[in-house]
Amino acid sequence: MADGRADPVRTIRGDVHTALAHDSARKHVTGTAPYVDDLPELPGTLHAALHLSDRAHARILGMDLAAARHAPGVHAVLVHDDVPGDPDVGAVEPGDPILAPDLVSYAGQAVVAVAADTPARAREAAQLVKVFYEDLPPVLEIGEALEKGLFVSPSLTMRRGDSVAALAAAPQRLAGELRIGGQDHFYLETHIAYAIPGEEGELRIHASTQYPSEVQHIVARTLGRPMNAVTVECRRMGGAFGGKESQAAHVAALAAVLAVRTGRPVKLRLDRDTDMVMTGKRHDFLARYEVGFDDDGRIRALHLELAARCGISLDLSNGVVDRAMFHADNAYFIPDATVIGHRCRTNTVSNTAFRGFGGPQGMAAIEHVVDEIARALGRDPLDVRRANLYGGPGRDTTHYGMRVEDADILPELLDELERTAEYRARRAAIDAYNAGSPVLKKGLALTPVKFGISFTAHHLNQASALVHVYADGSVEVNHGGTEMGQGIHTKIAQIVAHEFQVDADRLRVTASVTDKVPNAPPSAASTGTDLNGQAARIAALTVKNRLVAFLADHCKVPPDAVVFRDNRVVAGNHAFTFAELAKLAFLNRVHLSATGHYKTPKIWWDRASGRGTPFFYFAYGAAVSEALVDTYTGEYRFTRTDLLHDCSGSINPAIDRGQVEGAFVQGLGWLTCEELWWDAKGRLKTHAPSTYKIPTGRDLPADFRVRLFDARPNRADTIHRSKAVGEPPLMLALSGWLALKDAIAAVGGHRHPVRLDAPATPERVLMACEALRGRG
Amino acid sequence: MSGSVRFVMGGRVVEVRGVSPTTTVLDWLRANGRCGSKEGCAEGDCGACTVVLGERTPDGEAGPPVRYRAVNACILFLPMIDGKLLLTVEDLADEDGDLHPVQQALLEANASQCGFCTPGFAMALFALYHAGAAPDDPAIHDALAGNLCRCTGYRPILEAARRMRPHIDVTDRFQRSEAGILALLRSVEREGTLEVSGQGGTFLAPRTVADLAALYARHPDATLVAGATDVGLWVTKGHRSLPVLIHLEPVAELHRVTEAADHLDIGAAATYAALLPSLDRHLPAFAALVRRIGAAQVRNSGTLGGNVANGSPIGDSMPALLALDAELVLNRDGVRRVVPLDGFYTGYRTSVLQAGEFVERIRIPFPDPGERFAVWKVSKRRDQDISAVCAAFRLSLDDAGGVTGFRAGYGGMAAIPARARAAEAAVIGRPWTAQTAAAAAEALSLDFSPITDARASSDFRAAVARNLLLRFHRYTTGEEAYALEDVHG
Repeated sequence: MADGRADPVRTIRGDVHTALAHDSARKHVTGTAPYVDDLPELPGTLHAALHLSDRAHARILGMDLAAARHAPGVHAVLVHDDVPGDPDVGAVEPGDPILAPDLVSYAGQAVVAVAADTPARAREAAQLVKVFYEDLPPVLEIGEALEKGLFVSPSLTMRRGDSVAALAAAPQRLAGELRIGGQDHFYLETHIAYAIPGEEGELRIHASTQYPSEVQHIVARTLGRPMNAVTVECRRMGGAFGGKESQAAHVAALAAVLAVRTGRPVKLRLDRDTDMVMTGKRHDFLARYEVGFDDDGRIRALHLELAARCGISLDLSNGVVDRAMFHADNAYFIPDATVIGHRCRTNTVSNTAFRGFGGPQGMAAIEHVVDEIARALGRDPLDVRRANLYGGPGRDTTHYGMRVEDADILPELLDELERTAEYRARRAAIDAYNAGSPVLKKGLALTPVKFGISFTAHHLNQASALVHVYADGSVEVNHGGTEMGQGIHTKIAQIVAHEFQVDADRLRVTASVTDKVPNAPPSAASTGTDLNGQAARIAALTVKNRLVAFLADHCKVPPDAVVFRDNRVVAGNHAFTFAELAKLAFLNRVHLSATGHYKTPKIWWDRASGRGTPFFYFAYGAAVSEALVDTYTGEYRFTRTDLLHDCSGSINPAIDRGQVEGAFVQGLGWLTCEELWWDAKGRLKTHAPSTYKIPTGRDLPADFRVRLFDARPNRADTIHRSKAVGEPPLMLALSGWLALKDAIAAVGGHRHPVRLDAPATPERVLMACEALRGRG
Repeated sequence: MSGSVRFVMGGRVVEVRGVSPTTTVLDWLRANGRCGSKEGCAEGDCGACTVVLGERTPDGEAGPPVRYRAVNACILFLPMIDGKLLLTVEDLADEDGDLHPVQQALLEANASQCGFCTPGFAMALFALYHAGAAPDDPAIHDALAGNLCRCTGYRPILEAARRMRPHIDVTDRFQRSEAGILALLRSVEREGTLEVSGQGGTFLAPRTVADLAALYARHPDATLVAGATDVGLWVTKGHRSLPVLIHLEPVAELHRVTEAADHLDIGAAATYAALLPSLDRHLPAFAALVRRIGAAQVRNSGTLGGNVANGSPIGDSMPALLALDAELVLNRDGVRRVVPLDGFYTGYRTSVLQAGEFVERIRIPFPDPGERFAVWKVSKRRDQDISAVCAAFRLSLDDAGGVTGFRAGYGGMAAIPARARAAEAAVIGRPWTAQTAAAAAEALSLDFSPITDARASSDFRAAVARNLLLRFHRYTTGEEAYALEDVHG
C-alpha cells in the first residue's frame, strides 16, 4: 500500500497530521462566509417573531390576537392548535410544545408566532398579542423539586460494592454539598431557520443546527409529512456548543409551519434576548456527598447524589445526567461507590446539551470532594489526587464496570505537567507570598481530566459520508457532520486527501444536507471526526479501490503496483496525474462515487443494571492554574495556566490546539464569571451580554502555556489513531476554579473547609473569604 | 438643510433618504447587501458588528490626516454617520483580493473557528492598526476587550494582534489613498444643521451650541443623543420610538477639553476616548477607571456628558465626579447656570434639568497636591461590564494626620450615584487610622441599603462598599499591593 508520508520530499498539501488552516478561514477574515441570515432572501420572504410567556407557570385563560392579526404587514398569527401535525417538538419524548397549549410552564416559553413582511413589523405584532393568565405556583429550585419528588425521568443509581458499609468502616469521613451553576451557550450566532416551500409540499430549510437529521425529522412530524418532503441544510454555524443539537428543531419547526401556512419563505431568527430566555442551557446541579477515606486521602467509599435542574421536559437530560454520573469518578478509583442521578422538573427552560454534556458537573463534584479531603488532612491536594488515580492491581475499573485500559497515561501526564509547570517550587513560593500578604492571596491547583468518548445513546454511534470524484479530478466530500467552527470539514478533507494523495485544497467539503447524507447523528459528544472521518475514509477507499482495480487492469499490472502519491498515480511504468486518472476512469465507465458508513465497535451499555462499556476510549488531559485573589472585593485574575492535553495522533494540531484553548476558556467562563440569575418569579434576568458575562481576551491567564501531549497513538482503532478533542479540555478549567478555592483557603490558613459554589463570581469568592474570616 | 444622510463608503459618496432615523447602521448595511458585519447582541456588548468610522482630523489638531475609530454598528443610528467614512470588513482586502495586514495576521494565527465574531475583530484590529504606535499588550487588550469570541479562547486572536505589530509602520492602502479619502470626506462636510426625516421620525444635528440650545428649546421633548451607547438600546432593546432626536456630536464646541490650572473643563460631547489624554495627565486614577467603562467601541462613542446626564445609578463616572466635587454647566435656550453634581440628581434617573435644558460642560477640579484620590469599580468581569459597586474617595489630612476633608462617592448602592455622608462624617476631624476607616466603613450602613439584582446581592454590595473604604485606607497609608493591578508577573 502506498504511503505518501514515507516519501520525505514529495508530499501533498494538507495531509493528515499537518496544521492545515480552517477551510473557511479566508472567508471568515474577509466577511464572505455566509451564515443563514446572510443568504440572499427570496422575493416574498416573511419574517417571524414570537410572543413569549412572562410567567413561569400559568394557565392560559384566553388570548386576544386581533390587534396582532390586523397589524400592518402581518400574514399569519400562529397558536398551538394551528399546527398541522404533531405539535410537540420534544427530542426524545413529548414535553416540548411548539407553542404553549393551555398552560405555560416556564418564563420565556413561546406562546404565539407571527409572520410579517419585515422583522420589525413581526416583532411589533407579537408585542400586540394579549394573553390572559391564571398564575399557578411555580417550582423553580432543584431543592424544592427534590423535596416534592418532581422529576422528568426516574432517578438512576450506579453502584459498586457496599458504600454504606465502606463509609462506616472508613477511618475518616466528610459530608457536604455543592452547587454547580448552569451556562448559556452564547454562540455568537443566535438560532435561525429559513424555511422555503417547494413543489408538492416539499420544504427546504436552511438551519443553524448541529443535527440536520433531527431538524428534518421533527419538522416533518410537525407538518404531518414524511421525512422525504423535508430537506435541511447547514453550511456553517456561528458556534453551537451543544445548544443547536435538540434546540434547533423548535426554531425550524416554527418557521416551517409558518411557511406552509403562508406559502411563502419564512425566516425566524431569534434575537439574543429571545434566544437566551427561550432555549435550553447547561444544567445546573446540586451535589450532595459523603466520602470515606484513609489517612493518606485515598478514597474508600463515596455516596454521591447529583441532582440536575432539567426544566420543564426531558429533552436530552437523561443522557446529560447519566454522563455526569459516568464522570463522578473523574480520574479516580472509588472502591465502593453509590452514585445517584436525579432529573428534577422545574418551571424553567428545559436544559439541554452543552459541551461536556453533564461530564463537567460530575467532575466538578468529585474534584471538590478530593480537594476537601486534602484540606481535611492538611495535605497538598495534588498528592491526594495522585493517591486516588486509576492504576495498579484491582484499581482499573470504573464504578459502572468499564476497564480503564490506558490508566498509565494520567500519571505520565501529571508527571510531565508537575515538572514543566514547576508545581512544587511554585507551591512553596505561593505559601511564602501568602504569609506576607494579608489581603491579596494566591492559589494553585493541578487537576486531571478523563473523559469518555462515544454517545451513550447507542444508535448515534454511526455515520455516513459521500465521496464524488468528478471527471476533472476534483473531489467533493459530503458527510453527516456539521461545521460549527470546530474545523470538521478541514479534518475530513485531510482524511480524504490522504487516501487519494491529492492536495486537500482540491477537495471541496460541501454543506451538510439531509438529501446527500441521510440519518446522520448530531455533531456532538466530541465524536464528529471520529465517526464521520471513518465514514469518509471508507467512502474514499471504495472509490480508490475501484480506481486501483481499473488501473491494474488497464495497465496490466498487479493491483499492489498501483500507487497513489503526491497528486499522482503510478501503475508500473505508467504515471497519471489524479485528473488524468479521473478522466480515464470516467471514459472507461468506472463508478466514481461512493458512500461510506461506519459504526463504533465494542461499546455497550445496560442502563437498567448500570453496567457496561459505554465509551470506545477515554481522552485525557491535565492543567495547572494559579490565581490571585483580592480577598477584600472577591476580584481575581489568573496569573498562569499550563495545559497539557492528550491529542495523540492529531489529524490537525492547529485545529486541536484551538479546541483545547477554546474549551478551556469556555470552561473557565462557566466556573467563574458566567452567572445565570433568575428573579423570584422565575424570569431569567441575565439574557444578554450586558448582564451575562462570558470571558473577554483580558480574562485569559496572563501566562498561558498550552501543549498537546502526543505520547502515543490512540490504542483504540480510531481514524488515524487520533483522539476526540471537542469537549474534554473544557474540564481543564476546573484547575482555575480550584486555584481560586486554594487562594480562599489561604485566608483561613488552609485549616478550614471551603465551599466555593460555581460560578465563582467575585461575589462568591468574597463571601467565601468573609466566611473564613468570620471563623478567625 | 438637507433631507438626506451622506457618508463615504466603498470609495464613493452614499446618500440615504427616507429611512427611519433610528435605523441602525448594522441593519442598514445588512439590508443593503453588506452582510459581513454580524448582529450578536444588538446592544453594543459583543463587538460582532464592529465597523470603523473615518473622519478628517480637524485643521490644527495633531495626528494623521484621517482618524479611525471602531464603533458598534448595532446601536449606531444611520444619520449619526453623516459626513463620515464608513469602513466594514468588506473594505479591508483590496480589489485583487490581497488581504489587509490585520486579515493576514488573523489568518496566519488560526484566529477564527466559527468565524462569526471574526469580522468584528478584524475591524477592531484595523482601528488599532491605525491608532499610531505599535501597541503593547495592554493596548491590545484595550482595543479588543469589546469583542467577544466564544470559540478560540482568544489566544490566537491576541497573537494575531501581536503579529501585525511589525506591519504597522508599513503604509497600507488606506494611507496610500488618503488624498482621495480626504477629498471625499470634504465633499460630504456640511455647514448648517442636518435635518432628516423618515417613517415618522426626525433627526436634527446642529453644528453650534447656540443652534443646539435653540433647537432643544423648540423641541423640549426631543431625545438628546451623543454616542447612543445607551439611547441606541432604548430602540434595539426597549423597542421605543423616538420621534425627535437631537445629535450633539457635530457640535464642535462640545468636544473642547480645556486643561485649566486647577480644573478640567470638558464639553458634553467629548468621548471617553478623547478625554483620556487629559485624564492621564491630571487624574490618572480616574483615567484608569474610564478605561474600564465599556470597551473601546463604547469609549469611542460614549461621552462623559451622556453618562452624567443619563443619570443611571450605576453610571461609572459619577462616584469619581462626586468625590472630586465636579460641577455641571447647564444651558437652557442660551441661558447658563452652574450646579454641583452633588444635588443634581433628584431620584432614579431624574435630575434638576428643566425642560429644554441640557448639560453643556463638566468641570472637574483637580485634587490639591496633598490630597489622595482613588476610584475603584467592582464587577463580575473586568472589561465591558457594569459596576456592582463603584467607589471613589478623596482625602485631605493635616500635618498631624487628622482628616480635614473626605469625600466618598458611591455607585450601585442606591437609586442615584451618591455621596456617603455618614461615612464622611465619621472621618472628618479624626486621625486617619485603620480604626477610623473601619468606623467609616460601618457608617456606610446608614448611608445605603443596596438592592439585590442580577449583578450582585445586597450583602455583596454592602461588603464591597465597606472593604473598598478599607482598601483606600491601606492605599493612603502606603501599604503595598492594595489591589490586583499592583501585582505584576
